[in-house]
Amino acid sequence: MTQSPPAERKVDWKDPQLAATLRARHARERRLKLLGLASLGAAFAMLFILLASLAASGYKAFVQTHVTMDFIISEQNVSPDKPEKGKYRKVVAESLQAVFPEVSRKEMRQLRKILSNGAQYMVRDAVVADPSLIGGVLRLTVPVSDPYDQLNKGEIDRATPEANRRLSDREIAWFDRLKEAGMISTPFNKALFLNADSRFPELAGLKGALWGSFYALLVCFLLSFPIGIGAAIYLEEFAPRNRFTDIIEVNINNLAAVPSVVFGLLALAVFLGWFNLPRSAAFVGGMTLALMTLPTIIIATRAALKAVPPSIREAALGLGASRQQVVFGHVLPLAMPGILTGTIIGLAQALGETAPLLLIGMNAFITSAPESAFEPATALPTQIFIWADSPERGFAARTSAAILVLLGFLIIMNLTAVILRRKFERKW
Amino acid sequence: MTQQETGAGGGEIKISARDVQVHYGDNHALRDVSVDIRDKMVTAFIGPSGCGKSTFLRCLNRMNDTIEDCRVEGDIRLDGEDIYAPEVDPVHLRARVGMVFQKPNPFPKSIYDNVAYGPRIHGLAKNKAELDEIVEKSLRRGAIWDEVKDRLDAPGTSLSGGQQQRLCIARAIATSPEVLLMDEPCSALDPIATAQIEELIDELRRQFCVVMVTHSMQQAARVSQRTAFFHLGQLVEYGETGQIFTNPSDPRTESYITGRIG
Repeated sequence: MTQSPPAERKVDWKDPQLAATLRARHARERRLKLLGLASLGAAFAMLFILLASLAASGYKAFVQTHVTMDFIISEQNVSPDKPEKGKYRKVVAESLQAVFPEVSRKEMRQLRKILSNGAQYMVRDAVVADPSLIGGVLRLTVPVSDPYDQLNKGEIDRATPEANRRLSDREIAWFDRLKEAGMISTPFNKALFLNADSRFPELAGLKGALWGSFYALLVCFLLSFPIGIGAAIYLEEFAPRNRFTDIIEVNINNLAAVPSVVFGLLALAVFLGWFNLPRSAAFVGGMTLALMTLPTIIIATRAALKAVPPSIREAALGLGASRQQVVFGHVLPLAMPGILTGTIIGLAQALGETAPLLLIGMNAFITSAPESAFEPATALPTQIFIWADSPERGFAARTSAAILVLLGFLIIMNLTAVILRRKFERKW
Repeated sequence: MTQQETGAGGGEIKISARDVQVHYGDNHALRDVSVDIRDKMVTAFIGPSGCGKSTFLRCLNRMNDTIEDCRVEGDIRLDGEDIYAPEVDPVHLRARVGMVFQKPNPFPKSIYDNVAYGPRIHGLAKNKAELDEIVEKSLRRGAIWDEVKDRLDAPGTSLSGGQQQRLCIARAIATSPEVLLMDEPCSALDPIATAQIEELIDELRRQFCVVMVTHSMQQAARVSQRTAFFHLGQLVEYGETGQIFTNPSDPRTESYITGRIG
């Protein structure tokens, strides 16, 4: 230090120029805050519009118009020996005739359509369950068919000229008579959750899709959670850093960005093509979703492991814990909240994934809920896809309702992630 | 190189290091360190930041093994036994050579579990009663028993910084090590907690060979019997603490302790 320090420069903090830059800095900060608020507001507005439009079109699907009427179970139509083989179509027709005695045989064909096609089977099931009804009268509440349901929900405008209307004046008059007689009710649409898919909107439900999604997610979780955590632990804690592990790392990150339809094609070629696994099965769907979820879980787990403070590792190592004891006794428990959050977010993503399931045939028309993961099934998003594609008016509202159900499950899963995180998080 | 023989007194030679070299990749972090550390006394390593004193300390329980591309050469013997010999298990070695770190790092578990962890993984206690005894004895030796005896189930992280560090010392003692390595054990603590730890270290040297790295020369002067001065990856001078601080033989040591370098 031979040269003397430079002469001290005086700063005048009252200089108006300095004050101006300060003001400019504050203004910049305010602008940033405003922009942030504006973008948040825009995001919330979008979310609100989405939910509101879904709720507006979907709420109608949560109720279903029913008619309560007496079905005359004559021995002529249903023999007491074989109640399951009875002529229930005729039972329904005769019972309707009793309500509308003036309707001719020709018009009967029209009139019968007021009840859902499923009505005859509901009567059959009730009679089979209680054969003593034969020869008597059964009072049963059955759904009306979709056009009448739409009429009751105000979706069919009576002011439209008859030629352009789904229902003729006469048909509307029949329905109004039922309504005046107090036979019409609109209870909660249990069928939406208790029935599987159907060609008839009034009978279609999500049971098959819910079970299909459940099995698929279960398989996906059982595969991707242990494999993902295992891979992440190995890569993060045990693997040497060399070119080979670098390549693996880059590829895992790339896999997370691969479009899901590609995984679907892979599953189609490998699981269905080579291994001949069953088509449309939730098991195969789960495996496909596991392929997609794996990178997410690996990346989240590695990040969570990395975030564990090195002091904890050192403490355990310094006491003579083996590498494995350090990882399983200290690092993994501390990383658990992060791992669980990553896993649940990965599973939530899988729950909403449609494209790969389409390719392995989980968009088939299946009218019974799967009993196991190996039976053909649909999943919630593919069911939405099918319904959105269906022309019947009733499916429009059901599509929105199914989306609401799917969103409900997503919200529940994300809430679980938050709660688990809170529960397992430790402070130090 | 006669430094390692200077300064008589104290116990027998516990650790003896000869020509230790440490490389981090291409960086030659420590060169030609030869030192004899005696039992039942406190040896302090002093020196400016980045001089290699912590690196050398971490060679003594092979903590450097966990750092990738760190290479240790030379000969380090604990009781005459080469600790880098292939048949030596670092896991076993670290139970014999305990370590206390700069930042108190209790596990986010109960106070009891913190202390019981070492004995548990090494299987030192046959039953619960024996483990209880080890825990109590260790906490007493760590001079923290009276403060925590009523709340052994409380998380170790709920203690104050100084208490946490004493808990960490108790945890290290619980495996009955022969050597205690301390890497700047007081640098994250306030003066009162520091005084308590220093008092504890003075107590501990009756039973253990204590090696500590410290930034504070006053601390080295207060608690250690022997001091080694490291500078730029080399051991400059090693001898009795009194002699190092009053009559250093190397001009670099003198510059450092008088505050001209560092």
